[in-house]
Formats: sequence, C-alpha cells, structure tokens
Amino acid sequence: MSHIKNLKLTHWLIGSMIWLGAVLMVLPFWFMLVFATHNEQTIFSVPPPFLFGDALGENIQQLLSRLPYFWHNLSNSFYIAVVTTILNLFLCSLAGSAFALYHFKGKKILFSLVISTMLLPAFLNMIPNALIIAMFGWFNEPKALYIPAACGAFGVFLMRQFIEQAVPNEVIEAARLDGCSEWELYRYIVLPLIKPALVTLALLTFIASWNNFMAPLVVLHDMESYTLPLALRALQGVGVVPWGAICAGSAIAVMPLIILFIFTSHHLIGRLNQSYLK
Amino acid sequence: MQQKLDSKKYSALRKAKWIPYIYLSPFIVLFIIFGLYPMLFSAWISLHSWELGSPFHQMEWLGLTNFEYVLTDEWFYHALYNTLWLSLAAGIPQHLVALPLAALLFRMTSQKRHILLCFYFLPFITSSVAISLVFGSLFSRDFGLLNQLLAGLHDLELAGIQPLSWLFPEQAIDWQDSSHIRWVIAFVVFWRYVGWNTLLYLSAMKTIPSELFDAARLDGAGFWQQLRYVTLPMLRPMILLALTLSIIGNFQLFEEPFILTAGTGGSGQAGQTLAMYLYATAFSEGDFATASATAWLLFIILFTLCNLIRRINQKDYL
Repeated sequence: MSHIKNLKLTHWLIGSMIWLGAVLMVLPFWFMLVFATHNEQTIFSVPPPFLFGDALGENIQQLLSRLPYFWHNLSNSFYIAVVTTILNLFLCSLAGSAFALYHFKGKKILFSLVISTMLLPAFLNMIPNALIIAMFGWFNEPKALYIPAACGAFGVFLMRQFIEQAVPNEVIEAARLDGCSEWELYRYIVLPLIKPALVTLALLTFIASWNNFMAPLVVLHDMESYTLPLALRALQGVGVVPWGAICAGSAIAVMPLIILFIFTSHHLIGRLNQSYLK
Repeated sequence: MQQKLDSKKYSALRKAKWIPYIYLSPFIVLFIIFGLYPMLFSAWISLHSWELGSPFHQMEWLGLTNFEYVLTDEWFYHALYNTLWLSLAAGIPQHLVALPLAALLFRMTSQKRHILLCFYFLPFITSSVAISLVFGSLFSRDFGLLNQLLAGLHDLELAGIQPLSWLFPEQAIDWQDSSHIRWVIAFVVFWRYVGWNTLLYLSAMKTIPSELFDAARLDGAGFWQQLRYVTLPMLRPMILLALTLSIIGNFQLFEEPFILTAGTGGSGQAGQTLAMYLYATAFSEGDFATASATAWLLFIILFTLCNLIRRINQKDYL
C-alpha cells in the first residue's frame, strides 16, 4: 500500500517539476514584458515588479532617443526576412525538384555538396564572406544579406526529402505523357503537393533571418542600415544602460516570433520532428 | 499522329536533360560565389600577410607563419579553454535534462506534451541578442532580479532566525566578474537549447516500436529501467547526432557570450570564445590573414572532434 502511495508521490513530484521547468523557461520573457512597462525607479525597487506598469511610452521614447533609426531597423529586419524567405521558397523547391525528380550526371556529388554545406560552420565563412561583400561594394545594403542566403542548403535538403516522399513517380510520368511541360510539372503538380513543406521552410527561414546577428554584424555598419538585433546591441554602448528601454526593444524583437510560434507550433514542431529522422 | 507525339515526347525528354541543371543553377552559382570561392580565398590569405583595404599586390607570402602565430598566442588557448569549458558546462546538462524530459513527455497525452514542448522550445526560436540582453539585466549586480532573490532568501526570517543565511551569499554577486560570467553564459545557452534537444530525442522516441515498451513493462520494468534498457539503446543514433550538433553549435558560440560581455569578452576575457577571438582579430585589429588562419584551425579542431564521435560510434563504446 505504502509502495503505491510512494509511487504516486514520485509521479506527482516529477510532473510538477516538469511544469516548474516549463515556467522557468518562459519566465524571462515575462520579466522582459514587465520591465518594458516600468521606468528605472520601479524596476530597481525592492522587491522588483512582477506585474505590468505604465511606463511603456516613456521606455519607447527613450529607446527612440538612443536609436533614432529604430523603426527603420525594424522595417529592415522585416524586409530582409521576407525577401530571404521568398527567394528560398522558390530556389530551394526548384533545387529540391531537381534532386527528387530527375536523374542526371553529377547528382550524387552535388547532393553531398548540399549536405556538407549544411554542416559547415558559419564562422568559417564569416571573414571570406565579408571580403566578397566588400568586393561587390554591398556593405550596408540589404542584398548583402538576402543574396548569399537566397538558396540555403538546409532548404534544398528539406525540399528534396519532402518531394521524394510526397510526389509519386506515377503522377509525374502520367503528367509527362499528357504533354505537361517540365515547368508546368513543377508549377502545377509539385508545388501544390509540397505546400506543408513550403510552410515549414518559410517559417524556419523567416525565424533564422529575423534573428540573424553574425552576418549583419559583419556587413552592416551604418546605424540606418542595421537590422533589429544590431540595433539592440547598439543599446549596450557607453553610459548608463536603460533597462526599461532595452526590455521594450527586446520585446519588440521577440514578440512577433512568439506570436507566429503560437499560431504555427503544431506545424513547426511536428515537421521538425520528422525532418531529422531521415 | 503517333509519330508526331513521339517526336514531341523525345524533344521534351532531351530538354529534360538540362532541366535539373537549370533548377540547380541558383544553388550552384551562389555556392561558388559565396561558399567555395571565399573559402579558397581565405585559405590563400591565411598563408599571407594582408590587411583589409590594402591592395592585393602588397600581399606577402608567409607560409605557415600565421598559423604559428595563432598557435603561440596565449589568448587563443584562453579562448579555446573557454569554448571547451562552455561546451561542457552548457552541453552536458542539456543532454542530461533533455533525455529524461523527452522520455517523460513521451508518456504524456499528446495535448499536454505539445503544450509543454512549446514552453521548452520557445527560447530556441527567439532572438539570442534580445534574450541575452534581458538576461544581462536579470543578472546585473546591483538590482538584478537574481541577486535580489538571493538576498531575499538570505534575509528570510522564520521565528526570529535566518535559517537560510548560511546557504545564500550575504553580498551581491558580481555576475560580470571573471569567475561568474562563464556560468551565466553556460546557463543562457543551456536554457536556449534544452528544448531543441528534447525535441530531437522525442522525435526519435516516436520511432521506437511500442511492443518493446510493452514487453519491458510485462517483464516488470519501471520507468527508469525502461529508459535504461529500451530507450537508451534504441536512441543511440539520435544521441550521437544530437551530441554532434551540440558540439558543432557550442564551438561556434558567439552571440550569447558576445552580448553578455558587451562585446568585450568580459573582465580578463573570461567569456571570450573562439568565434569571438576570430571576430576580434578580423574586425577590431583588421588582421584578416591571422583571423583566416584561426578559422581554419577551428575548422580542423571541429572536424577532428566530429570524426572522433563517429569513431566511437563505430567501435561500440557507448
């Protein structure tokens, strides 16, 4: 009897630990939002605030006075993320179709190239990439970010896996017999069938581009051309750090993704679950 | 009519021969311009003396001098040590927590599992810069939330005595100083990636045939025994993949330490990782040749480590 009681107790304990851990995971976000609505005095009071205050406007004003181009930076981030995503959707699905639907010379070598590019560490590319961008004279321009990232290796890999699985060979052959051109094949058969994978790729690309820090750090140097993460980092500059403003800025950078995640979590988590199993 | 169709089909097939290359051309072109060429170029300049902005004809052949310079620079070893330390301090707890967590989540109803997974996964999709800034404020010395919590626990009074005063520090901890900053970075990295690893393990667990668990249960195996004798052996490939991804990721740690130390590496460079060392060499000192040499050294180290894991896998140590 006591054995069963014990078991129940451990079960309950472990369960509550998992929930406690989950709360700890999101607690920093909570404080970010709370601090974004408090001014210096209330943040530094003892005990610190746990609920929303009324200083959001004040903090945003302070943020704008420190980062005069903040809205510009926000729109830069958005623009770069959207363009990168659109380019990746188109180019990766094309490349994925090539691997999944055709036989051609050099297919194996090219695919191993995709895999090795995927595993190549980013820092190896950091310096040479900066040199190339300098050579093209693309410093401070959005295209310095979306063109090098326009056809990511992971996207090509993801598309190839999905097309192989979702587009049956018989369908392709039947379409060809009916006189479907190769372009029509891609446009009217492959694309509609891989919609779920396109959504995944769009989400992943958008998130990665929105959060990207290293690449813009190297190629964007003017305040006006900064993306959001760079602008936030500039807050760390000299002088007293206004925590309220920092938290407000961080919240603006983080909230769009959290909202996006809330609506797409089923899709995203389910898909990520599968893509690593192949 | 039949002949006409055939010839049409034939020409379509001939055209189809070129289609895959056309479809792949953006990837190939981008790879050559932004991948292959820069890499070869960086290998080339790592053997020369060259600074950003100086003309190419002033390049001077140095052979392996740059590599020698890096390998005798004490800050390189310092950064290497920090990186290794962070890899272990952030990496090991990640997997020690993620595996049992995944096993526990696996037994829950799918709805509950999904909600919890979302919570744990959230840090992974958010901007590391923003989140490191927030942590910077939570960990600040004078009014940081954590120090206030510790002080509160220290001063906690129960019936006239302070039962916890011996356990918690009396003075505010300076999380920015050289003995603490690494722990802060490790914690933030742990927090950010534990959900990702949980997801990896969970997805692998879903592929384990449920009969194995049923059989184990019939034999009287409890949760931990099932974890040890069914889940762990079946998960081996995924554990190795997750460890490899962790090593690759941890060796590139840049954003979290960079922001948490305000780009300086912290007092005594206690939070400087290899990627930060690389960045500082290239962009603060403008020495692209040495930085390229560092990048290649880093790559060699990483490559060796990953191959080591594969070896271990093949030799069946685990």
